[in-house]
Amino acid sequence: MKKKNYGNLFILFALTVFFAILGGMLYTGNIGRQFTNMLIPIFMYIVLAVSLNLVVGLLGELSLGHAGFMSAGLFTGCLVSIRLYGLVSDPLRFVISMLVGGLVAAVFGLIVGLPTLRLRGDYLAITTLACGEIIKTIITNLKITGGARGLDTGHVYSGAKTLFPYAVVLVYLTVIVMMHIKNSAQGRAIMAIRDNRIAAESIGINVTHYKLAVFVIAAFFAGAAGVLYGHCFANVKAASFDYNVSIEILVIVVLGGMGNIFGSIAAAVILRALPEMLRGFENYRMLIYAIVLIMVMVLSNNKKVQSFRYMVTGKLKKKLRERKAAKQAKKGGEMNG
Amino acid sequence: MTVFIRTLISGLNLGSIYALIALGYSMVYGIARMLNFAHGDIIMVGAYSGIVAVMSIGLPPIVGILLGVIVCALLGITIERLAYKPLRQAPSLSILITAIGVSYLLQNLALIIFGPEQKAYPMFSGVKSFQILGAKIDGITILTLAVTACIMIGLNLFINKTKIGKAMRAVSEDKGAAELMGISTDRTITVTFAIGSALAAIASAFYGATYVYILPTTGSMPGIKAFTAAVFGGIGSIPGAMLGGIVLGLIEQFAKQYISTLWSNAIVFGVLIIVLLVKPTGLMGKTIQEKV
Repeated sequence: MKKKNYGNLFILFALTVFFAILGGMLYTGNIGRQFTNMLIPIFMYIVLAVSLNLVVGLLGELSLGHAGFMSAGLFTGCLVSIRLYGLVSDPLRFVISMLVGGLVAAVFGLIVGLPTLRLRGDYLAITTLACGEIIKTIITNLKITGGARGLDTGHVYSGAKTLFPYAVVLVYLTVIVMMHIKNSAQGRAIMAIRDNRIAAESIGINVTHYKLAVFVIAAFFAGAAGVLYGHCFANVKAASFDYNVSIEILVIVVLGGMGNIFGSIAAAVILRALPEMLRGFENYRMLIYAIVLIMVMVLSNNKKVQSFRYMVTGKLKKKLRERKAAKQAKKGGEMNG
Repeated sequence: MTVFIRTLISGLNLGSIYALIALGYSMVYGIARMLNFAHGDIIMVGAYSGIVAVMSIGLPPIVGILLGVIVCALLGITIERLAYKPLRQAPSLSILITAIGVSYLLQNLALIIFGPEQKAYPMFSGVKSFQILGAKIDGITILTLAVTACIMIGLNLFINKTKIGKAMRAVSEDKGAAELMGISTDRTITVTFAIGSALAAIASAFYGATYVYILPTTGSMPGIKAFTAAVFGGIGSIPGAMLGGIVLGLIEQFAKQYISTLWSNAIVFGVLIIVLLVKPTGLMGKTIQEKV
């Protein structure tokens, strides 16, 4: 228990350092335009990945509809923000619209979560994908969201400098809630459902309750992230949040490690920044991305690589142990002498 | 009435394309227990190889299709060998992500080789059209339906009557037991990938004939729809994939004709969800009893 808390503290510390560096660079104007534009989307992908990790990593259900929740939150939140513009102060407007967006997404999470009670595995995966596509179609065909031309968010558009603090708070909130869930009795119940649903049920864990709760919480954060995401563009189209975005988030979660919060954060930053870093190669960047993806998967599951990694970490551990033992022996020797 | 018949025929046409692709999804799932997300992009490769064969090399269309079938079958085998075989024992999510990686790889290779602009699929310009109950039906549609029916009958015979078909059924039933009986799982999986990809290549010819324009991302939406069809019919089941594909195509065309083009995708997915809620393993899927 003690050790785990150190891990969490490390993640929060790393996040704080990361935010401090980025914030410092942003507000002193030390980063380029291109990078500034990437900043909020990267934060949003951290929130999306960490929240999806709750579903995929902890609950063990494959969800391919996360972009749908994000989209639902994004459009309601931005609509609220547009209506409130000029009526309330800016910080209040952001908070209200994020809350509303998150809550609407949570309602969708509840609706999408219901089939999970009956479906399993790949059947569930295709259902969540279908739900995401349905949400996309609905938003694209509604008049209020601007239809196929997209919602004009031009006059609530805010730069990275305005959105940065909100994004930071949202990332902290998501990460802390995730950590709390993971280390609580509830989290252990959720992981018990993942490992063996029938065994979990038989010791009195309410599977229905936990499964729905997980979907609702994950959708809430995805929706809130969507609201901020919408604010950093002048026009948003529902069509751009299709299943490909959901798959992208899933890739981040899997590469980062199932149930691993720090992994999700690191993978989100790397995978979002990587295509931008490769801008020089323009045509080849997605190709490189694809090859990296395949190589990582094949190599990390290779017996030889696994045993090599095991050997290296094993040797390191052994060395540490030996050093410790030597130190103790020395201490003992000193005492004796 | 004319409209109804026309919709019915075009629904069957689209349905057969979905069914041909869904068969590949379902067979691979049944035997290798993996979702081959890159399967949709095989269609795109098949279509481009047809275009290259006919437009650049000047081969007759039927040879172009055969070439596409061979290219896709070889591609399927290569992908399986390089990307999926090393992951036989890996967790299913790792395999899924690899398949997504392969899908990105194929799309971007096509983007680099053929460029982002759409290319026209050249075949079957001279096939006559027919009149059925007052509705004008393209000859190519009839050809699609006839060929699909033949393929389905042939595939059923292959699976049920030949030795390798028997091996495929055995592997999908119980991999371990099949291996103990001396069946080579690796070879069976290779054959499955080859057949699945060849079917996708045939589907690509029909897709090209119906929709004409081909893009590097062409395969992704039919791929997802066919995946939906495979799940709809009960993934892993071959008759299920055929039925699922046809039903999905019919629903889509009728929704487009009688309700709204804009909402057709939502309706297709909505029907899928309702069917799955009523019958969680699809129309023809086996219900697996959970053991405690």
